Amino acid sequence: MIPEFGHFALIVGLCLAVLLSVVPLWGAWRRNTAAMALAPGLAVGLLVFTGISFACLTIAFLQDDFSVEVVANNSNSLLPVYYKFSAVWGNHEGSLLLWALTLALWTAAVATFSRQLPLLMLSRVLAVMGFVAVGFLSFSLFTSNPFARLLPGTPVDGQDLNPLLQDPGLIIHPPLLYMGYVGFSVAFAFAIAALLGGRLDAAWARWSRPWTNVAWAFLTLGIMLGSWWAYYELGWGGWWFWDPVENASFMPWLAGTALLHSLAVTEKRGLFKSWTVLLAIFTFSLSLLGTFLVRSGVLTSVHAFATDPERGLFVLVFLALVVGGSLTLYALRAPAVNSRLRFEWLSRETLLLVNNVVFLVATLTVLFGTLFPLLMDAMGQGKYSVGPPYFNAVFVPLMALLIPVMGLGPVARWKRDSASRWKAELLLPAIAALLCGLTLPLLQGGDYNAWVALALVLAGWLVLGMLRDAWRRLRAAPDLLRGLRRTPASYWGMFVAHVGFAACVVGVVCTSQYSIERDLKMSPGDAQTLAGYRFEFLELANVRGPNYLADEARFTVTRDGEEIARLAPQKRRYLAQGSIMTEAAIDAGLFRDLYVAMGEPVGENGAWAIRLHYKPMVRWMWLGAILVAVGGFVTVADKRYRRQRVLAPDSDGAEVAHGASA
Amino acid sequence: MAPRLKLFLPLILFAALALLLFRGLSLDPQELPSALVDKPFPAFSLPSLAGGEDLDRDLFSGEVSLVNVWATWCISCRVEHPYLQKLADAGVRIIGVNYKDDPEAARRWLAELGDPYRANIVDGAGNLGVDLGVYGAPETYLVDAEGVIRYRHVGVVDERVWTRTLAPLYREVGGTAAASEWGAAPGGGP
Repeated sequence: MIPEFGHFALIVGLCLAVLLSVVPLWGAWRRNTAAMALAPGLAVGLLVFTGISFACLTIAFLQDDFSVEVVANNSNSLLPVYYKFSAVWGNHEGSLLLWALTLALWTAAVATFSRQLPLLMLSRVLAVMGFVAVGFLSFSLFTSNPFARLLPGTPVDGQDLNPLLQDPGLIIHPPLLYMGYVGFSVAFAFAIAALLGGRLDAAWARWSRPWTNVAWAFLTLGIMLGSWWAYYELGWGGWWFWDPVENASFMPWLAGTALLHSLAVTEKRGLFKSWTVLLAIFTFSLSLLGTFLVRSGVLTSVHAFATDPERGLFVLVFLALVVGGSLTLYALRAPAVNSRLRFEWLSRETLLLVNNVVFLVATLTVLFGTLFPLLMDAMGQGKYSVGPPYFNAVFVPLMALLIPVMGLGPVARWKRDSASRWKAELLLPAIAALLCGLTLPLLQGGDYNAWVALALVLAGWLVLGMLRDAWRRLRAAPDLLRGLRRTPASYWGMFVAHVGFAACVVGVVCTSQYSIERDLKMSPGDAQTLAGYRFEFLELANVRGPNYLADEARFTVTRDGEEIARLAPQKRRYLAQGSIMTEAAIDAGLFRDLYVAMGEPVGENGAWAIRLHYKPMVRWMWLGAILVAVGGFVTVADKRYRRQRVLAPDSDGAEVAHGASA
Repeated sequence: MAPRLKLFLPLILFAALALLLFRGLSLDPQELPSALVDKPFPAFSLPSLAGGEDLDRDLFSGEVSLVNVWATWCISCRVEHPYLQKLADAGVRIIGVNYKDDPEAARRWLAELGDPYRANIVDGAGNLGVDLGVYGAPETYLVDAEGVIRYRHVGVVDERVWTRTLAPLYREVGGTAAASEWGAAPGGGP
């Protein structure tokens, strides 16, 4: 009964979404206030019914209702309760429902927190989001109904959740990722609404910015969690694979990074308007493209859901409607005339332009690399796979180009700046960064590593430049407290995010350059030394978990005779499907991780292929990413996003005149 | 009005991309062409599960065979097993590669579930698997009477895979078992 109730709620949700996408738009066209005023209510209704539907599916999972097909295929009575919960989105149908729920959440959030928007704008924004919701709810209902029953023929027990997904990281990874992906729909909706209204101005950019930053911060966290999960769960210590599905989440992130910087220019200076709108469309289109790639089966990936061409066709048609439609609108309505506002070569605008170019090139590179196998296959050139060498070859120079400019950005002034001022501000940090960066690798001993030195110089340049700038700001204030208070939250957000990025760069380069890994045959009693750590294989044990049996290898790690950690990696056999999983054991540290994973049994007397890793600085990558996300969230606390009611949208200065004719 | 036309560029690029994606829907990336297709089966000399003399490549000369990579730890192999038995009963020559397995357990499995294999190569260390490029069990290769690999299937062989893909190829390379007729008429078991 409960699943039918959920199905019904989903249908009601679709009806509300249809109303939301039609009525307010009609109202905006006819200037009918009553019709436009319906939008927020409909948005909240959409959230309520999608929420009910999602809750019903969750209940079906928690109650082991194996008459529901997705439950039978993705859960099991032995599955621990928290994984039953996450199993709701560990499959195509359920995750699609989560997608729709997330979209409803964002739509309702816009309806709630944007009461100060002019009704005309708000109704258009919500209608655009309603249209996207129509697409995803009908995708769910017509091609991937999560409430389909297996009647008759209800199995006694379910086939269990894919053991790879039975992991705490995977409980929150998809919701965070979707918050990011789907959150870009807000920036998209604002862009479309602005094009429909024919007014692209600073106010529009200011309204979009907090939403974009939050979505981007969520996406950052989601990607970071995915990378962390891959590191400890896949059993070979890799943290990024350039897999098509990873790329599918990384492309919106790259484009989103360009977007939020471009929005800054549009808000502050009224420049780059068409470009910003295009980026907003582009970013959300990449989110939709990701959905298509994951669910249509056109590319192979470790993440692939059960795919089928009919679903692929549905998403593709929807993609064509949304992206094709918005790009047509863009072509017809975007301001074609170049802005009359000018800026000098040496200015913050130029630096942000470099940021935009770098991130756009990065996005297109990933897009090309991801679609290349498909392109070759479509032209009958056979099967290809594009691997890390391609992506690394492009990314390393791009980042090396980006970071010098990134260090200048926060210091530089709008409109016009001078080289002598930059020199005065940044000469000291530059020299300090050079000294630190070039000497620190010496401490490591062994061969001097030029890559690490380069990364440290660049990271040092970023951090020291930021510190110097922050100090200059605080010094200008009468006292520290007032200086802190006077500096806007958006500045601190940027500060934290840039520092996080620097930490991330250091982590990536150090762990790639200094990691040591060894595959060894070890029997109980054996010991091996790696990077000064002695790994002793004490014993082999059999362990029973809630829904698996495992061989467990017990290790102690000592350094100079002192015990550092006890590690117990496992090789698990999950009972329901008999799948074998490697559970790595990790001793995490701020400066190094020790990582042990079991390979396969070799020969007699309990010998196993054992993989030992020493991974320096690997945590910096994820801690850096967390800082980046925190920075994104902090910017939203900025006071000027709450002053919007006071400032009428037109009162913001000179930029208004350049929008396309309304 | 040239500046306006420039704004259509994104739309045009997207249209090209959409066409590519549409084409992609009808392609199957799961098809894993083996590097060894149309190459001779790699040389090996490994024990037979039934005991007796070691087996080598001569096993394949003179008759079309299916080579099935399996193991007792592989649950999908258990799923596949009854269908292989059906094929064997219909006269298809199936050679097993018992992959990274315990020979004792493998013999017990065959005694319990039936033995569709004409012979079983014991590949305990997985070396033959490496030469073949095995992704995981089960995998099935079609080897012609000259010992040349003609097709590789990753995953379970069932009625659908057999009738749609393997049976036509099997006939093409001159497989003569009764199953070639039987395969053309799905559902009609012996």
